[in-house]
Amino acid sequence: MAHLGEILVKLYEEYRGKTPKRLKLVDAYLVYVLMTGIIQFLYCLLVGTFPFNSFLSGFISTVASFILATCLRMQINPENKSQFGHISQERAMADFVFAHVVLHLVVINFIG
Amino acid sequence: MVRQNPVSSAAGPAAAQTNGNTFTLQKSKDSLSKYLNLTTEQQETYLKLLILTVSCIMSFSTRLFSVLRYESVIHEFDPYFNYRTTKYLAEEGYYKFHNWFDDRAWYPLGRIIGGTIYPGLMVTASALHYIMNALHVSIDVRNVCVFFAPLFSSFTTIVTYLLTKELKDSGAGLVAAALISIVPGYISRSVAGSYDNEGIAIFCMLLTYYLWIKSVKTGSIYWSTACALAYFYMVSSWGGYVFLINLIPLHVLALIFTGRFSHRIYVAYSTVYCIGTILSMQIPFVGFQPVQSSEHMAAFGVFGLCQLYAFVEYLRSKMTKENFETLLRSVAMVFVGVIGVAGLILSLSGKIAPWTGRFYSLLDPSYAKNNIPIIASVSEHQPTAWSSFYFDLQLLVFMFPVGMYYCFKKLTDANIFIIMYGVTSIYFAGVMVRLMLVLAPVMCVLSGIGISSILHIYARNSEPDTSAEKKGKKGGETSYWFKSEIGTAVCCMMTVFLASYAWHCIWVTSEAYSSPSIVLSARGGHGDRIIFDDFREAYYWLRMNTDEDAKVMSWWDYGYQITAMANRTILVDNNTWNNTHISQVGQAMSRPEDRAYKIMQELDVDYVLVIFGGLTGYSSDDINKFLWMVRIGGSTERGADIKETDYYTPSGEFRVDREGSPTLLNCLMYKLCYYRFGDVYTEGGKPPGYDRVRNVEIGNKDFELDKLEEAFTSEHWLVRIYRVKKMPNRGI
Repeated sequence: MAHLGEILVKLYEEYRGKTPKRLKLVDAYLVYVLMTGIIQFLYCLLVGTFPFNSFLSGFISTVASFILATCLRMQINPENKSQFGHISQERAMADFVFAHVVLHLVVINFIG
Repeated sequence: MVRQNPVSSAAGPAAAQTNGNTFTLQKSKDSLSKYLNLTTEQQETYLKLLILTVSCIMSFSTRLFSVLRYESVIHEFDPYFNYRTTKYLAEEGYYKFHNWFDDRAWYPLGRIIGGTIYPGLMVTASALHYIMNALHVSIDVRNVCVFFAPLFSSFTTIVTYLLTKELKDSGAGLVAAALISIVPGYISRSVAGSYDNEGIAIFCMLLTYYLWIKSVKTGSIYWSTACALAYFYMVSSWGGYVFLINLIPLHVLALIFTGRFSHRIYVAYSTVYCIGTILSMQIPFVGFQPVQSSEHMAAFGVFGLCQLYAFVEYLRSKMTKENFETLLRSVAMVFVGVIGVAGLILSLSGKIAPWTGRFYSLLDPSYAKNNIPIIASVSEHQPTAWSSFYFDLQLLVFMFPVGMYYCFKKLTDANIFIIMYGVTSIYFAGVMVRLMLVLAPVMCVLSGIGISSILHIYARNSEPDTSAEKKGKKGGETSYWFKSEIGTAVCCMMTVFLASYAWHCIWVTSEAYSSPSIVLSARGGHGDRIIFDDFREAYYWLRMNTDEDAKVMSWWDYGYQITAMANRTILVDNNTWNNTHISQVGQAMSRPEDRAYKIMQELDVDYVLVIFGGLTGYSSDDINKFLWMVRIGGSTERGADIKETDYYTPSGEFRVDREGSPTLLNCLMYKLCYYRFGDVYTEGGKPPGYDRVRNVEIGNKDFELDKLEEAFTSEHWLVRIYRVKKMPNRGI
């Protein structure tokens, strides 16, 4: 177990040192979205799933936002240049915004 | 496909030494293109445009046989329902359509149309109608519906070209587009007049696949969102979207297992799944199924797997090997345990619904036959015969493995997808005839790849070796005897095959798939054409001569046509959502007249409609469908005393002549079909009452009807309508 603790500390230190500022910003956003998702899920467990469409709409909104932010992080990470060569940082951001527009239109329609 | 060499070498020896590097900008020396002043690139573009345009026009015009032979009329049964709903949408607007409760079908239950259909077809057709009328092209809703499927088949041709271009190259794309424009497997469900979901569903499906391949190749969020939107369009148009939402995760799983999982796949699949799922739940008929039913659980499972895999890869890239192993082992065990227990609890407690009957019968074909007679009785759900494969696909059956071989030869992420699509559709097309439609596009794509690759090799071989080429030849190419002659021969053979394919397809379309089935025709004794328009005659009689809220009882096949054309309330229709109600109608048809009268009184029936083919020789009449009525009638509790064996002779045959079983000769269906038929001479040299479909003289001839009276019989006795008499006022 101590071994495990050491590994985690080492992981954290490397993360703090090596990751660029942009990616840390995206990571902070990811943590925030995760928090909202957990809060919604806990609320649903406490109060029940009625109305189900509203719960689904809110929960899927957090999940999808999390996923889209993860995708954005992958695309702007300079280490992944070989896989996403032809996608510039601005293009990645524009795609991210487009996907969010579509997502939130559907969420607002579904939330009832 | 156009290659530089054939064009330039045909012009003369001077052009043969053209250097490879300056191909694209060099003006061709050929006389026609020199006259038009075109570069090779421009030539290619114009040739592609020309081929695609001809394919689109071809796909539209080959579907017009029945319009030219009969008239612009809606075919079959299901399209009448779609036509009626489209008319309603065009007249009343979307809000009323979305909330439509129809009380003129399934009396006395009614049907929630707004919540039980796939609206994509109707919305697209009425949008088209609205746009065209806004541009003052005054086209009727009926004509929009009739020509809708051919129009979308042209779009399908274009999308097939784009899809195959992504998989291989534009040459293969052009061949695939030409193949799919006339393939009979697709034409059978999309002729002019066949206004059904499949007409639009194939287009949406191929569009979704094209955008999916694009997202997998680029890994861009934009293409993935576009794919999710196309998936939404597909969900709104056909129940077969379940195939897509299982094929795409299967593809991702295959990529994981072959070690090709990369960040691009992660981006593509996660985006498509999240946005696609919430979009698909906007259709009321789909509702919450994507998170509750077993058919969608595979997609969810693969989604979770993707997240885990990507996270694990991320950690692995951040740590040394041993540290990673320790961390992995401890976390993984906990995690797998939790997931396993949760999954078990959810499925045991019933929160995750098991597979519904319709889809379960695809995995286990004998399930429907043993348990659900209604699903088993639909003619489209029967297993496919071997001859149907050749009839519907001809050359593609042989070129399909060739295409698969070339895909395996150059395996990419996109090729794996098309291979899986091909293999799964072959299985499903073998289970159910109706799914031949899903197989046709992938056959065309793979055959296009195969044919194009073959022509690519042998057309190049057929050129005589010039000195410049001899020097630049790669080491791997061998030169064998008669290389160029064999090349030319193979190209000629391929041309003959493709020509025979085209001839076969047009012939099949003309002979087999262009009958409107609401209008029949036959050749008279002198070779003249006789038209049987009995159905429309009878429905029009119903419309004009009966009460507004009269209730009509018939077998469920004719329900949609009666509501659309006769505009009367019916008991059961082709939606077949309530087996008990249909079983009651089946019981009424199978019982003798007085017991059937009780059921008809319960259901407030005013008219009974039967289809009788004995006078004309029309073999899809109600007597031939009668055994299904008996089976379905006997399948519920109330009809448990109806046994199929009672309607057979002691030797086990189904006969309507004197030897026939007395139960059969006295049931309501028999009496309604053969009332007064005993006096009619149908064929020369045969006794009166000779049934031309069963080829026997009927057994029970001179009977009178007690509780019903004949209201209408159409010209060739195809449709017979009876009025149910009210009980007398005073008891006798």
